[in-house]
Amino acid sequence: MEQTPILECRNLCISYDTRGGEIPAVIDFNMKVMPGKGVGIVGESGCGKSTVALAIMQYLGSNGYIKSGEIFFHGRDMRTMSEEELRSIRGSKIAMIYQEPMASLNPSMKIGEQLAEVPLYHEDVTKEEAMQRALELLEAVKLPDPPRILDSYPHQISGGQQQRVVIAMALLSKPDLLLLDEPTTALDVTVERGIVELVNEISAEFGTAMVYISHNLGLILETCDRVTVMYSGEAVEDGTVEEVFDDMKHPYTSGLFASIPLPGADKNERPLVPIPGQLPLPHQRPTGCYFGPRCAFFRDGQCNQEKLPMRTVEGNEGHHVRCVRFEEIDWSEGDHTSVAVKSVDSGKVVLSVRNMKKYYEIKSSSILAMIRGDNVKTVKANENINFDAREAETVAIVGESGCGKSTFAKVLMGLEDATDGEVILNGKDLGQIPVQKRSPQTVGHLQMVFQNPFDTLNPSHSVGSQIARVIRKFGVEKDPNKVREKVNDLLDLVKLPRDFAHRRPRQLSGGQKQRIGIARAFAGNPAVVVADEPVSALDVSVQAAVTGLLTEIQNDLRSTLLFISHDLSVVRYLSDRVVVMYLGHIVEQGTTDEVFSPPYHPYTEALLSAVPIADTSVEQKQIILEGDIPSAVNPPPGCPFQTRCPRKIGSICETDVPPVKDMGNGHMVTCHLDTDVFEAMEPVIVMQEGEAAE
Amino acid sequence: MTAETQNNDTTPSALGKFFTSVGLLRESPIAIFGLSLILFWVILAILAPILPLYDPNAPLEPFKFPLDGSAKNDGLYWLGTDHKGRDILSRVIFGAQQVLVWATTATAVAYIVGMLMGVVAGYLGGWWDEVISFISNILLSFPVIVLYIIIITYLGATGFNIVLAVTFASAPGIMRIVRGLVLDLRTRDYIFAAQTRGESPLYIMIVELLPNARGPLIVDACLRLGYTTITIAMLGYLGLGLPPPDPDWGKMIAETQPLGSFAGHMAVVPAVAISSLVLGFNLLADGLREISMKD
Repeated sequence: MEQTPILECRNLCISYDTRGGEIPAVIDFNMKVMPGKGVGIVGESGCGKSTVALAIMQYLGSNGYIKSGEIFFHGRDMRTMSEEELRSIRGSKIAMIYQEPMASLNPSMKIGEQLAEVPLYHEDVTKEEAMQRALELLEAVKLPDPPRILDSYPHQISGGQQQRVVIAMALLSKPDLLLLDEPTTALDVTVERGIVELVNEISAEFGTAMVYISHNLGLILETCDRVTVMYSGEAVEDGTVEEVFDDMKHPYTSGLFASIPLPGADKNERPLVPIPGQLPLPHQRPTGCYFGPRCAFFRDGQCNQEKLPMRTVEGNEGHHVRCVRFEEIDWSEGDHTSVAVKSVDSGKVVLSVRNMKKYYEIKSSSILAMIRGDNVKTVKANENINFDAREAETVAIVGESGCGKSTFAKVLMGLEDATDGEVILNGKDLGQIPVQKRSPQTVGHLQMVFQNPFDTLNPSHSVGSQIARVIRKFGVEKDPNKVREKVNDLLDLVKLPRDFAHRRPRQLSGGQKQRIGIARAFAGNPAVVVADEPVSALDVSVQAAVTGLLTEIQNDLRSTLLFISHDLSVVRYLSDRVVVMYLGHIVEQGTTDEVFSPPYHPYTEALLSAVPIADTSVEQKQIILEGDIPSAVNPPPGCPFQTRCPRKIGSICETDVPPVKDMGNGHMVTCHLDTDVFEAMEPVIVMQEGEAAE
Repeated sequence: MTAETQNNDTTPSALGKFFTSVGLLRESPIAIFGLSLILFWVILAILAPILPLYDPNAPLEPFKFPLDGSAKNDGLYWLGTDHKGRDILSRVIFGAQQVLVWATTATAVAYIVGMLMGVVAGYLGGWWDEVISFISNILLSFPVIVLYIIIITYLGATGFNIVLAVTFASAPGIMRIVRGLVLDLRTRDYIFAAQTRGESPLYIMIVELLPNARGPLIVDACLRLGYTTITIAMLGYLGLGLPPPDPDWGKMIAETQPLGSFAGHMAVVPAVAISSLVLGFNLLADGLREISMKD
């Protein structure tokens, strides 16, 4: 039966006018959204996926416009609608949910009033009815204690709760179409899992059609029926989720899947394969296939001739690919080099942390607190941290925001003093020695790679001078010529051309900046390198290359790598040992295999089940944690995880700090659970045999 | 790796960069107009010694109107003469020299002091911040004009004291801007990186922080040059300006104002000069802001 689609984009071209002339942001884009279905748009930053959403809302801003093509909403061309009609459609028939929940809520209005505004504006209802509707929807999005939230201001609730309020607001007028632009990117994985579940339930319950925009293939798999893969403003492949995920035809799609660490990926057997190069800027797009310069299956004269159309896959009407030679590609011929992570024998213990504690004191300046005498509050950012790291080993520190991993890095680097305990590097306790008092060698032996590539280099100085400064500062070389040589060596090490030394950071792409950040960290022949989420801000296709480079250098120089991350897939792929942190405590540590297979700490178990996996052959147990991470100012008594723990056994969890249990071989789990419960645990991630073997 | 390095633009020289940034000005007609006004006065001030002008302090013939050709020495008083017979054109041009030199010096000194205070307060925080902010608040709570009168009447009307007065009045405002910028910049990873390699606070403040605050500061400096021009003119008008007999735009207005009913040009010419220079600074600042917002 032929239904009219809720939304249809036909040959949509969107351009922006800028200083440098017209920039085509989206080219020849087609999409159909059927009632009650979810359509995913996936792609890297700058591929035009958000522009499509903005065009649907007709919110392109002053310099953006639809150049050609049509957008039909319920069979009507939206471009012919008046501003008045558009306004009545936005918010009532089409609702949009943005990445940053706080930016979508008015900070000076109570949540109830903001929610009530929607029906008050779009429908003829009284204030009481509107408030009643708001209350019902807050229940529908499963917020705890809806009447209280109705009466709160946005800053009084957590990020996850804010996003639920935004979803409730979007659903208030029962829209036919919901646009979600990276709705969970700013949230923690365990919170993200809850939101994704909610979105799925809502689309089933209200029959809302969805356009789900994300860079995360795993999330698309969980939420959508169809998916469109975009690259540099063009859709390169679209089809049902099964077609695209299991039978991908476009080299870019296949490259994307090869560059993310899936559970089946293995350092040795199925290594990650990064896509070389970077996304072309709109004015640097090549003729023919935009992906051509980065494609392993590029054929001169065939791929770079004229603009390519979308072609239908034979025998599969709904599956389209923008590639001239997808039928003839022999997938084994590609010459992409994979990221080789050698297994290295770890040596002696280099870094040893013993009973390290870090408390902060916060002074409350309220008069009431001063009278009561409790104006000083203690934040226990790190509690009893114990672990060793050996030479040439990769130790991952895993946890969500607020778990104390960044504080730990600060203590290690000497920017904060440890409150108690020892941090021993090469036999020397550094816990109480601030970085200024450490010798240049010690400082050089303990360096860091930072998270944000756009922040890691000083925009005012050239790349070369920034590396040179580090070399001089660590006392590696003093002579100007030798320093220059060393800068060149380091640029070679991170596989960048030597003339990059004269460049300014703004002339570099995110991945290149991060490479410079790595070069800087390795300038002083470090014994330990702390990498704080080094690739999380980079595009998926670049991530693999940077991660690979980092581990390669680390292996060659036999440095220890402390890899701080929230991404369990990367951690599983890279690290030798894993430390899981929650609210300042280490809840589990052991080798990667031990941590990723049962017995688990209940938190690790939930974390594993929350990671979105872009593989249809993987079955994941569903464990949804309730609520949010408690504040470190006011941690729960007893076990830190007891407020959200699905395996809580009773009052002992609320009163006693759990003991550290050795599961054998140094696999430590901090939990009250009995041994037989641990033994009965099943793996969270199960690969279906057969398919996984391909 | 080849595609990653494709944008192989050559590194421009310092001179080339300068011309590129001047070229950017073309995008804002307002900025061009403002810059032309400023350059007009700067060029006149520089050329003053070699232009065929009368001595600005020489009493020639009093009360001549503009373009009055009946001068004794067959000359022409383009803008007439004042009540003491001094050539107004010559006085305005030599006055421009004074205003430009002292306004620039005073603003530069105020900037150095304000930036140092701001970067220390913003980066070191704690007691440094408390003390510096407290002093700034006290200075800001004074009416500026009272502050000027107190400083100049006690210390005497010299160029140096004008610089001192302007610094007292402007540095707290500059300190606030810089402090705000630094509070934002100090959370960047490159500052964290500098700390983790054991750089001294002084190095971090001067080399890592201040250069990155320059964008908003350039716009502000332009505006402040305009304010300082007004301040110097105002001090001159109040008789607290540069010592006589050197020409001073503010003093020129003050001296000839009572004669306005029949010889208005004597006060109007320096007034127009002040307004045009201040307008130039303000328009340039506006244009620069507009250009920086576009990116």
